[in-house]
Amino acid sequence: METQFTPVEALVGGALIGSAVFVLFHTLGRIAGVSGMLSAFLRAATPAGERVWRLAFLLGLLLGPLLAIAILDRPLVQPSPASLPVLIVAGLAVGLGTGMANGCTSGHGVCGVSRLSLRSIVATGVFMAFGVLTASVGRHLFTG
Amino acid sequence: MTLGRILSGLLAGLLFGAGLAISGMTNPNKVLNFLDLTGTWDPSLALVMASAIPVAALGFWLAKRRERPLFEPGFTLPRNTRLESPLVVGSALFGIGWGLGGYCPGPAIASLSQPNGPLVAFLVAMTLGLLASGRVAGWLSPARSVGPPPTVPPSRAHKGM
Repeated sequence: METQFTPVEALVGGALIGSAVFVLFHTLGRIAGVSGMLSAFLRAATPAGERVWRLAFLLGLLLGPLLAIAILDRPLVQPSPASLPVLIVAGLAVGLGTGMANGCTSGHGVCGVSRLSLRSIVATGVFMAFGVLTASVGRHLFTG
Repeated sequence: MTLGRILSGLLAGLLFGAGLAISGMTNPNKVLNFLDLTGTWDPSLALVMASAIPVAALGFWLAKRRERPLFEPGFTLPRNTRLESPLVVGSALFGIGWGLGGYCPGPAIASLSQPNGPLVAFLVAMTLGLLASGRVAGWLSPARSVGPPPTVPPSRAHKGM
């Protein structure tokens, strides 16, 4: 499906994402990486006190779009065009991959790159390259 | 103290989720049109990164002047600096999954605000993958300890940044 270039929304949304990283680091001293957050929340060894603020973050992540939709009165959340089997494979790859690499678009792509972490710059380059390759080639095979 | 930590997590999550939705990251069509260079390319998401990174970088830079964050004894940063194979293989796998479905972890969780069956299936599969990842990374790099990445002791967190 064709989408419009939306530079203002992209810049405003990006600034909000950056400010979330800012807030979490200045209040709790933590990196706002979503895969790491979910992983630590799920880990049995994580103490309750460390789990509760992560749950609050994940709840906020879920409620944030509803707040934005209420304010802007626009449908901002859309379903994926990919089929169910493709999404199951995609979910496994995303979970396995971000767990192995200790980070995703937020932890490596935003937080790590802005701290100039070499690991994160390498990770971001690799997942961007494979994302482009997969979408450019694979998408035409799987979703037509 | 505990309330402060919970409210901090909630505020950061709300900002993050609202930012993802406003920027277009919770529309997988937009993500796939950014990643797919052969179709109708939508460069919007490059601007999301271009805007998020300087704001985050300002946050990390300003934090260097502080002894500690508001509600914790110290800053916690990843200490691992090695470029090992799980980092590269994992990121490649992640990129493939991202390019197939148009979801990375943050937007997938944020999209649960308007749930649909295939999204829930994606999230279940993602969680299973995440839970299995420590073991798989261990096969690739036997020396690597399974579990969370080592972090800097709170009091010295910023010295090495």
